[in-house]
Amino acid sequence: MDTFHVMKRILLQFRRDKRSVALMVVAPLLVLSLMWMVLDHDETNLELGAVDVPESMLEKLSSDTLVVETLSSSRAEEKLDEGTLDAVLYFENQETSLLLEGSDPNAAGAIQKELQSLRANQQISMNVEYYHGSEDLGLFDYVGPALIGFFVFFFVFIVGGVSFLRERTQGTLERLLATPIKRSEIVFGYLAGFGLFTILQSLVIASFSIYILGVFMDGSFFYVLIVTILLALAALSLGTLVSAFAENEFQMIQFIPLIIVPQVFFSGLFPIEGLGTWVQVIGQMMPLTYGAEAMRGIMLREASFAEIQLEVYILLGFTALFTTLNIFALKKHRRL
Amino acid sequence: MNSMVEMKGVVQRYGKVTVIDQVDLSIQKGEIFGLLGPSGAGKTTLVKLMAGILQPTEGTISLDGAALRHLAQMKNFGFMAQSDALYQELTAWENLDFFASIYSLSRKKRRKRIREVLEMVNLSSSKDQPVQTFSGGMKRRLSLAAALVHEPEMIILDEPTVGIDPVLRQSIWNELNDLKHKGVTIIVTTHVMDEAEKCDRLALLRKGKMIAMDTPEMLKEKVNVSSMEDVFLHYGGDTKWIPSM
Repeated sequence: MDTFHVMKRILLQFRRDKRSVALMVVAPLLVLSLMWMVLDHDETNLELGAVDVPESMLEKLSSDTLVVETLSSSRAEEKLDEGTLDAVLYFENQETSLLLEGSDPNAAGAIQKELQSLRANQQISMNVEYYHGSEDLGLFDYVGPALIGFFVFFFVFIVGGVSFLRERTQGTLERLLATPIKRSEIVFGYLAGFGLFTILQSLVIASFSIYILGVFMDGSFFYVLIVTILLALAALSLGTLVSAFAENEFQMIQFIPLIIVPQVFFSGLFPIEGLGTWVQVIGQMMPLTYGAEAMRGIMLREASFAEIQLEVYILLGFTALFTTLNIFALKKHRRL
Repeated sequence: MNSMVEMKGVVQRYGKVTVIDQVDLSIQKGEIFGLLGPSGAGKTTLVKLMAGILQPTEGTISLDGAALRHLAQMKNFGFMAQSDALYQELTAWENLDFFASIYSLSRKKRRKRIREVLEMVNLSSSKDQPVQTFSGGMKRRLSLAAALVHEPEMIILDEPTVGIDPVLRQSIWNELNDLKHKGVTIIVTTHVMDEAEKCDRLALLRKGKMIAMDTPEMLKEKVNVSSMEDVFLHYGGDTKWIPSM
């Protein structure tokens, strides 16, 4: 019952503290946009070769950035070797296949995005293959899912941790503990209040990244929301827990290099597959690792719920663990 | 005996530091009980023990005849901390509404009580102002209002009148006396001597030890001085002397 009152109060405080709201919503948008500008500059001219592609389809292909050239199969291969084509589109037996030059992940990503609309309209399947290299998408497309998760995690950690800390420094925690409120009701109130807010936050950040910045997105938007909200709750419960070990806001900031930055290294922004097992074990203790993995699964590989459920349960587990520890940590302030 | 707070052999230690040392006291229902002492004497720790926020390292505390075992018991107490424990972003009304709701007052009752306590501390006109725009005295008054909003049977006030002008201080004391006549037990800490005189009974605290406890008149009479200040100097000057209580 009191959980509800605490939640209501937190939402009311959010309404007054526009700056923190802006930090949690606008700052991630700003930073994501900046990263997008750096990592996702569109090529001005994308050279696409077309082999046996019907005229009707070619018409649909022409756009500002796409330069389409009709040529023979052997000539296309030569040009791919020279590197003067970014991709070749083949049409055989009513099937299209795209052969990407592949050495420039930005170009490969851009071409796929261009052709995505065509695919959607015509409802034809397209096999995508790479002439060179691996299935690298644009760099931003690859790091985008992890970044969305990271920014949600980071800003909720900071704002949640600091507001719980302030509850202590401004004396309201002690004041609250002099009332019949249960320790768990305070902690759950925080989860609920921030939880409701992070639904909104996740919605804004995810839709901005996907629909405005155009991060590659193949999966379910709903799953993306679920994972970001779970990440936010894990961040909140972790933030409020570690705030117990900070005396003031500045000490809370000191947790960033200790708790936040290492998580970035393990969230898949940098490849860690080749590293020793003990390094990977460290990564497995971090919530962001699972959040980022699930986000990539959904957005890049169109993962179904079954494929991300392990990560979802682990994130829930983290939240449950941190919350329990927090309720326990409050015993320091009142035994009952 | 009708005691509201009963402390026996209470000791409170933080690590190796003993903050409260062997305190025995009993506070009667419906009296104004003052805790007087210099800063650092342990007044705040003592009231936190009474409020059930702290658990004593040693000794027993019973509140209204029972040891504090259930949170529901805390419903009957009100606590005004030394720092203004208020949510800065929220308005005066919203702060009170939040604290009142924790005590599960009905919406109608909440509204009525909030209006009453705001009137009492003379903040009715500022009820929709965010607390961060308040002056120190206004925050103090709002804290007091928050401690009273649920009509507790016992209120604990830690330095309630710091930063409050004499006129308002007088009116707060009038309110406290009114509450007392309604049977409310009031525990006040202070280091202001003339405030101490207004209490029914006083405990003098120094370095965690209780050095005297009686009515202000008796305290003065015992050591044959005319002001509380002298009483305090008398006891404070010689801590080895433990008066019979």
